[in-house]
Amino acid sequence: MSAAEAADDLPPPLPPRGWSGQRIAGTALVGLWVLVGLGLVWFLVTSWKLPLVEKYGPGYLYGLGVTVGLVAISIVIGAVLSIPVALGRMSKNRVFSGLAYAYVYFFRGTPLLAQTFLVYYGLGAFRPELQSVGLWWFFREAWYCAIFAFSLNTAAYQAEMLRGAIESVPRGQWEGAASLGLHKMQIMRKIILPQAAIVALRPYGNEVILMVKGSAIVSIITVYDLMGITRFTYSRTFDFQSYLWAAVIYLMIVETLRHGIEWIERRLTRHLKR
Amino acid sequence: MPGAWTLLSWGPDGWLDDIAYGAFITVSLALATLPIGLAIGFLVALAKQSAEPSLRLAGNVYTTIFRGLPELLTLFLVYFGGQIGLQKLFQLFDPNATVDVSAFVSGMIALGVVFSSYASEVFMSAFKAIPKGQYEGGHAVGLTSWQTMRLVVLPQLIRIALPGLANLWLILLKDTALVSVVGLSDILRQTSIAARVTKHAFLFFGFATLVYLVLSIISSFGINAIERSVDNKDMRR
Repeated sequence: MSAAEAADDLPPPLPPRGWSGQRIAGTALVGLWVLVGLGLVWFLVTSWKLPLVEKYGPGYLYGLGVTVGLVAISIVIGAVLSIPVALGRMSKNRVFSGLAYAYVYFFRGTPLLAQTFLVYYGLGAFRPELQSVGLWWFFREAWYCAIFAFSLNTAAYQAEMLRGAIESVPRGQWEGAASLGLHKMQIMRKIILPQAAIVALRPYGNEVILMVKGSAIVSIITVYDLMGITRFTYSRTFDFQSYLWAAVIYLMIVETLRHGIEWIERRLTRHLKR
Repeated sequence: MPGAWTLLSWGPDGWLDDIAYGAFITVSLALATLPIGLAIGFLVALAKQSAEPSLRLAGNVYTTIFRGLPELLTLFLVYFGGQIGLQKLFQLFDPNATVDVSAFVSGMIALGVVFSSYASEVFMSAFKAIPKGQYEGGHAVGLTSWQTMRLVVLPQLIRIALPGLANLWLILLKDTALVSVVGLSDILRQTSIAARVTKHAFLFFGFATLVYLVLSIISSFGINAIERSVDNKDMRR
């Protein structure tokens, strides 16, 4: 075979990419983002003042810790609370399923901010009653109120995810396991939940991200999370970079979480890849 | 000490008229944000599914930023950043200029960009659900690419994207509550004022959550009606 014939087997070279309207628009938009990014870096570098950073920098770290703690605690408590709610939603008993439906509908249909206000300011109206049952120390603190409201809220969302994931497992899995003589709890633990976990992973990951973002509102009820520290710093310095730093930190947390979830998902679904 | 029914009545003694005004503001903010968010979201989705890599990159950066930032922080960035930026701009011409940014407009912009970044994802997955043959068919009968988009793709796209967009509308309705923080007299702010004045915090915040619930129930009815009307019976297979 001569060299000329071999060349015939190769695909023809791609035509040169012209400067179409789309390409010009796309390049302009990317250029705009690069300018915005450079502007942000330039603004943060030129307004870098060491005394300011030394004074308020540790606050940001503390705030970050509060945000992470709040989200972690609420997600865990919410996960525990979501189990009975999800069971109630799937129950054949009209009373249980109705109650669970009402719970989920209320927490998903109203703003988290309104729920937080209802707990923090609203329950404060029952101070004498709460004091008489010895719960006032709990509802007096904005931090506990935030955890209380956030846990109840995320429990409603997580219950729906859990229900959706469990119901996504085909009935045949239940029947097959039952025909092997497994007990209902065993079926749930060994057959259903492992399969449901793969379906539920992405929604759960999104819920964590939504909680990180949603947790910013606790700054309004005087909890000094990342957002609270940011607002405090801005009220002291009137320096706009306080908000930009918060934006950078939040973006980094969310992006890390998003990539982490994608990695876990790839890992868990290795056996499903073709 | 007035009773709960007096406090929630219409008129000078009660707060119902103030809360109704707040509900009006909440609904108008959400309705004003919706077209902006849908338009930008559709454009971003077009950019993200185009064959041009630079357009895709620009679209992806947009969604990454505005889906990653907390809504409250976006609102503050728009509200305070807009105020500072516009002030600097006007002071170039008039050194004594002071600018006040409207809470409504900043809310519209902030919620609009957040809504559009989520909406672009919904549109994207709807685009993916439309087979390539639809574009090729449109091309084959001699439609321009704009006509193919308008006459062939969009009617199918809307039907596929509708459940996702309906969900985003409910989220938008709830997110308007955040704008009360920068002083917009929406439901939550009006009830906060009522709670502070009357010291009946639980009553008023409880009532606020009920108003939001009623708004989402009304929305669900509206969404069902729209879904029924776009559901083409002949198309069903």
